[in-house]
Order: sequence, then structure tokens, then C-alpha cells
Amino acid sequence: MSIVIEARSLSKRAGRATLLDNVGLTVAAGEMVAVIGPNGAGKSTLLRLLSGDLRPNTGKVRLRQRDIANFSPRELAAHRAMLSQHISVSFPFTVEEIVQMGAGERGAHETGVLVDAALEEVGLAHFRERQLPTLSGGEQQRAHFARVLVQLACGEAEHGPGLLLLDEPTSSLDLRHQIDLVEAARRRAAGGTAVIAILHDLNLAIRFADRLVVLAGGKLTADGPRADIVTRETIRDIFEIDAMVHQADDGVPYVLPQSMRAIETGI
Amino acid sequence: MSVAIGTEARSPDRRASTRRRSASLIILLLIAVLAVTAIVALTLGAAGIPLSRLPAALGLTGESTAMTARDQLVLWSIRVPRIAAAAMVGGLLAAAGAIMQGLFRNPLADPALVGVSSGGALAAASTIVFTDSRFGETLRFLQTELLPLAAFAGSLATTAILYGISSRSGRTSIAIFLLAGVAITAIANAGIGLLVFVADDRQLRDITFWMLGSMSGVTWTKAAVLAPVLLIGLVACTFIARGLDLLVLGEADAFHGGVDVERLKRISIVMVSAMTGVAVSIGGVIGFVGIVVPHLLRLVIGPAHRLLLPASVLSGAILMVGADTLARTIVAPAEMPIGILTAAVGAPVFLFILLRQRGLASL
Repeated sequence: MSIVIEARSLSKRAGRATLLDNVGLTVAAGEMVAVIGPNGAGKSTLLRLLSGDLRPNTGKVRLRQRDIANFSPRELAAHRAMLSQHISVSFPFTVEEIVQMGAGERGAHETGVLVDAALEEVGLAHFRERQLPTLSGGEQQRAHFARVLVQLACGEAEHGPGLLLLDEPTSSLDLRHQIDLVEAARRRAAGGTAVIAILHDLNLAIRFADRLVVLAGGKLTADGPRADIVTRETIRDIFEIDAMVHQADDGVPYVLPQSMRAIETGI
Repeated sequence: MSVAIGTEARSPDRRASTRRRSASLIILLLIAVLAVTAIVALTLGAAGIPLSRLPAALGLTGESTAMTARDQLVLWSIRVPRIAAAAMVGGLLAAAGAIMQGLFRNPLADPALVGVSSGGALAAASTIVFTDSRFGETLRFLQTELLPLAAFAGSLATTAILYGISSRSGRTSIAIFLLAGVAITAIANAGIGLLVFVADDRQLRDITFWMLGSMSGVTWTKAAVLAPVLLIGLVACTFIARGLDLLVLGEADAFHGGVDVERLKRISIVMVSAMTGVAVSIGGVIGFVGIVVPHLLRLVIGPAHRLLLPASVLSGAILMVGADTLARTIVAPAEMPIGILTAAVGAPVFLFILLRQRGLASL
């Protein structure tokens, strides 16, 4: 499998605080990786370094064997797409206009089909003429996901399957749309895209990712298939909670958090 | 994907072409309205030239009587340059406002807000007082020429200082830019206040008149300064339109979408200061055009900058030609400062929009 993105000994500091400390990560085409970890672990910082938006203090990020610092913003956009958290749009753009933004310089007549398909995929086709700021938070999130899917498809048409970065993409979505979104990401992975997603819902991460990457305190503490990572002990180490780990009927593990007290009282 | 293109391509195609058609329709409509406004403006003024005499006065017919000669003099040496200058000042102010709002992702941003206009005004007021003082005596005969140059330089200097304060290692923080702008406006206004305090009565009248904005005394030479800036501005607008669209997502997400955000910000900042500076240098401080025009346009034609920016230029031109015509006719033969008119009309419209938006925001 060809390597899409490769990060080596990444460190990022902000003032005297160390956000990321010597993190290495390699993701191949077609892989779907979930990044998990507590708040403030450096997950978003890692994603922004991988997207080329932030520059590391030490270490290197290579996208398709090329230093990410050598890409122009436009070239980068053709190789990787990223969905951030909390995007607020202050002007009355319609849903369709927002999704069309993913297509870059290409005109609407060239990419209308991609826009239609993406709107269909996130279930917003009926809202295409609505102004984005009038939609609910979850609907806006889906519109931005559609925009990112259009960008990914445009890049794929030029350079083949690329890299999809998702920063807590399911945070404001209801259960059904969480599953829809993660399945859409899975389909991209099946088509050869490398997907890296920050997910807070452990069970969602376990069910849909091939590989889990654990960040805690700016350090990468575990990286591997879910069976190695999802144990009562590792969950306790990462999140400082006691949790029961069971197996679903199909053999995939799931996590049921218990109260904090279990740890404190030593029961 | 290739299968889908064959079967479904027609509906998005049709949508795109409808949109393009309506976009060019809007531009044509605005050009027509501007032309009508300009023709009406040509006929009105201290010396009235009725529509029936207009073709002859413009030299479109071969007639030449004493009346035609008088009309021609009024038109070509006073009214035409003034209307042209008003149109260009309005267009520049409206476009500068639209660009700045896109840059700050805030529909209420305005060159006047971050002190770009105030910086120009301070430089102009200083010029008035300095050239009248004992030290500046030797330059007094140049006052008329120095005034626009000083206002232009003041606007540019303000923007350069703002940019210096708010950008670090090649990145510009919009929040710091805005706050620094508020501080710079305060400093500039303090400076103007000091000048008003030390100025004598005649200087005071000059400063006040200029601070309130006026298109009177515009000559062909002055109007000619505006044209190249407007032309370069219009060309630059086509390059920054898509970047400004994506910038509504935030700097990071515009970058993720392929926009060279730092370059976009640099170009936008230079454009805004050049457009504001040159407009302020000719017309004085004329408020609300930069806020009201783009704001109203967004309600009608949407926020996409590819259409918004040229439409702002045209609508700003229409507004300013209309306002200037009113300014020189309602109290004729005297003249009303145009800034009073734009504020009197613009501020209530602005408040009305705010009130309507407040209703929406609380839903």
C-alpha cells in the first residue's frame, strides 16, 4: 500500500506550552484512522500540522513523499481536504454556494454534478437554496462536509485518491447522521483515500476505523488495531475512567463507561 | 462519476447558466440606472440645463448659439467632471467597504471603522493648518494640490501602521487589526480635535467642510486621479473575489480550500487603503456608503464577491451621483456637505437593517 502521509518526530510549542511532543504517524492509501484522546491532548494540533495549516517546531510532514512545506495552498487543496470544527459563516451564502466553494476555480457547470451528489450524500439536497446561517448546527456541519467531499472529488479527478482529515466531524450530529458521515468517510477509504478522523465517540471510532491512534498530553501513546487498544486498562490510562469492554454479536468490542468513583475507591 | 456526468449534467448546467444570466442582467440594469441618474444630474444645478438643450450642450448636435456656449461651459468644466468624480468616489468607497467586510468576515466593517478614513482626514487637516502657519507659508500656494496628496498618504500610512501592528511572521490577526484600528481612530480623532482647537475661523471652516465631505471644486485634474485606481481596483477584484468568498469560512478553512490567505490579505489591505485614500482625498470624509451599499446588495443579489464587488462599484456610483446632485440643488445656490446627506440617509437605513437582523438573530 502506498503511503499518503508521513509525519516524523513532530513537535509543536505555543509559548512555553508543548502541544505536541515527538509524534510520528504514517497513513497509507485506503486506511481509515481514528485519533482518540482526552481534551487538550493535541489532537486538533496534530491534524492542523498534517493539513499544512500549522508548521511544526521540529519534525517533518511529507504528503505523497514530498515535504508539505513545499506545496502551494492550491496544490495542497488538490491533495488533501479538511473539515474543521466550529465554522461560522457570517454572510448569507446558500448551502449550494458553500458546497460549490469546495470546487475551487472550477465553474458551476463543470462541477454541478459533484455538488449535487455531495448534497444528496449528506441529505441536504432539499436545502440547497436555503441560506446556511438559517440552518441548525448539525445541518451546517453536514453542508461543510459536503463542501469537503466536493473538494476531495475534484482533487481525486486530478491526482487520484488523496487525504481526508476530519476534526470531530460528528460533534453536532444526531445519531443517524453520525453513522451516515462516518460511513461516507469509510466509502472514501474503500476508494483509496487515506482518512484521519478525530472522534470522541469511542464506539464510533472502534466500529469504523481500521486503526486507532491515541494521543494523551501531546504524546502518541498507542497506535494499532482496535483489539490491541480497546481494553479496560488502556481506556483507564487514556481517559481516567473505569469502563466495561464487551464484545458485540459480530465480535467488535464496545465500551461502556462506568463512574469515576470506581477508580477513586479502588473497587 | 463519469456515468453521472452523462445522465444528470443538464440540471446543474441550467442552474449555472441561469445564475450567470441573472448576474449579467443585474450589472446591465445597474449601468442603465447609473446612466439615467447621470443624465438627470447633468440637467440639474445652479444653472439649469433642461433635457431639450442637453444634446446640443454635450456637442451631440451641430447647433451653436450663445445659450449652447454657456451650457457647454457649465457642463464640460464643472458638471461633467464633478459627476464623473462623484461616481468614481462612490464606487471606490462602496468597493472598499465590501472588500473590508469580506476581509473581516463582518458586514459592519468599514474603512472608517479601522481609522483608514480618519488617518486621511488627520493628514488633510494638518495640511490645512500647517500651510496657513508661519512655517508652512512657502507652501501655501500649493494647498489645493497638497490636500488630496496628504489625505492619500495619511490613509496609506494608517494602513501600513495597522498592518505592522497586527501582522507577525507573515500572518495577520484580524482581531488585533480591528482593535488596533479602533485605537488608531481615537488617536487620529484626538489629533483632528487638537487641530480644530488651534485653528482660526477660516481654517476651521475649511477643516469642517472637508470633514463633512464635498464634491465641490472638483476639476478634471482631480477627477483623473480616481480613474486609474478604480480601474486597477476592478481588475484586482476579479482576482480576490473567490478568495474573499472562501474567507467567510475562516482563515484556516480558506487555506484548506486552497486560498493563499496571507497574499489575499495583503492585496485586500493595500486595495482598501488605496481606494479609500484616493476617494477621501477628493471627496473628504463621506460615511456610510461603504457599509450601506454592500449590505443592501447582499440582501438582493447574495454575498458572492464575483458579483458583489462590481455591483458595489456601480451602486456606490449611483448613490453618490444622486446624493451629490441633491447636495448641490436642495439649498441652491449654496451647497450642502455631502457627508451630511449620506449620513442622514445611510444611518437610518443601517439601523433599520440592524433591527431586522436582531429579530432574525434571536430566533
